[in-house]
Amino acid sequence: MIPASFDYEVADSAAHALSLLAEYGEDAKLLAGGHSLLPMMKVRLAQPAMLVDIGRVAELSGIRRDGDELVIGATTRHADVAGSDVVQAEAPLLAYAAAQVGDPQIRHRGTIGGSLAHADPAADLPMTLLALGGSIEITGPSGVRTVPADDFFAGPFETALSPDELLSAVRIPRGGDVPWGYQKFVRRANDWAIVGVAAYDGRGALANMGGTPLRAHAVEEALRSGAPAAEAAEHAADGTSPGYDFHADAEYRKHLARVLTRRALEGKTG
Amino acid sequence: MEIKLTVNETTRSDEVEPRLLLIHYLREVCGLRAANVGCDTTSCGACTVLLDGESVKSCTVLAVQANGRSVTTAEGLVADDGTMSVVQQAFRENHGLQCGFCTPGMVMAATSLLAENPDPTEQEVREGLEGNFCRCTGYHNIVRAVLAAAGKIADGQANAEVNA
Repeated sequence: MIPASFDYEVADSAAHALSLLAEYGEDAKLLAGGHSLLPMMKVRLAQPAMLVDIGRVAELSGIRRDGDELVIGATTRHADVAGSDVVQAEAPLLAYAAAQVGDPQIRHRGTIGGSLAHADPAADLPMTLLALGGSIEITGPSGVRTVPADDFFAGPFETALSPDELLSAVRIPRGGDVPWGYQKFVRRANDWAIVGVAAYDGRGALANMGGTPLRAHAVEEALRSGAPAAEAAEHAADGTSPGYDFHADAEYRKHLARVLTRRALEGKTG
Repeated sequence: MEIKLTVNETTRSDEVEPRLLLIHYLREVCGLRAANVGCDTTSCGACTVLLDGESVKSCTVLAVQANGRSVTTAEGLVADDGTMSVVQQAFRENHGLQCGFCTPGMVMAATSLLAENPDPTEQEVREGLEGNFCRCTGYHNIVRAVLAAAGKIADGQANAEVNA
């Protein structure tokens, strides 16, 4: 499958990328690893007239500590997040989640910013960022703004990003000793989650239980009022309306959410 | 646009359309037919090649993204005198293939895996190859081949140290 024709520019800095976005507007798309965008272009769900390649912009990549946060550049690849000693020490849930994305080849190309900007409700990293209470740094024509993960995901494949803006970095609270768990239910290797759950510090987030990744608010409330994990997890599907497909109907997804949330709250991975 | 890159240790430059996928560049422009188009949707791994030494699915990389970088295909693992790489030999010796369609991708994924983890457990080999499908389901011998290659690489290094 061949993408429709497009023009291609290599950005040499974030500012250069922004100027190209300003010039081409909604006809332009940013390209980094291309592992969300190129598959959509191949089936022509996306037909940008201009691709702005930010994959070579050094300032958009890398992992550093900044006070009580970790800052991860948007074009940092999943393999680099998963393999980073700093991330493993400061945000082990994120390191684990990054290692669950796709397969090794995909993790050699796909980037943290790309996955979040793509905002697939079934994906690993959007729900992980919600559970971690992270935030997203967005650079645009008028400067940098930081959007909490809770406000970033607007709908299926929709985010708070404007066409003239660039997801430049991800901010994660440092918490090496905070208890966490992660559950991803799939039928085959390298599939998206049929349902996924990430738990961190009394917070829970769900993948593929609605049009966006969701905070498990009812679970969190139960935990705050002292309920044990198994009891709190019974609320995992409260207020959700998951879709159905050939893997699972809505009732089964709700059942999975409850079971997987209990396991995640118990600190299990799988 | 013009791209300049290294393919199997040979520097080349070619004029390509930005939308040309790396797999089509390798097969149709370079004439290297080892990497196959299987699913064409980043799932099956038949198109796996190395980009700067790391496994990637070349159906989901643009040729222009490889500009200035180094690409290795299964052809590039063979020495000038025809000697196959340790991984390739291990696939042959362990019958790590049935129809052979997935084999070039499997070999490249295994080569990348062993570069990152030279002494994998069987479980790590299975997880390391999760991005490659064998529709003949010949996975057991493929896993045996990769474990055998890891052992041979370790033996080779031990011998090199003894002889040094």
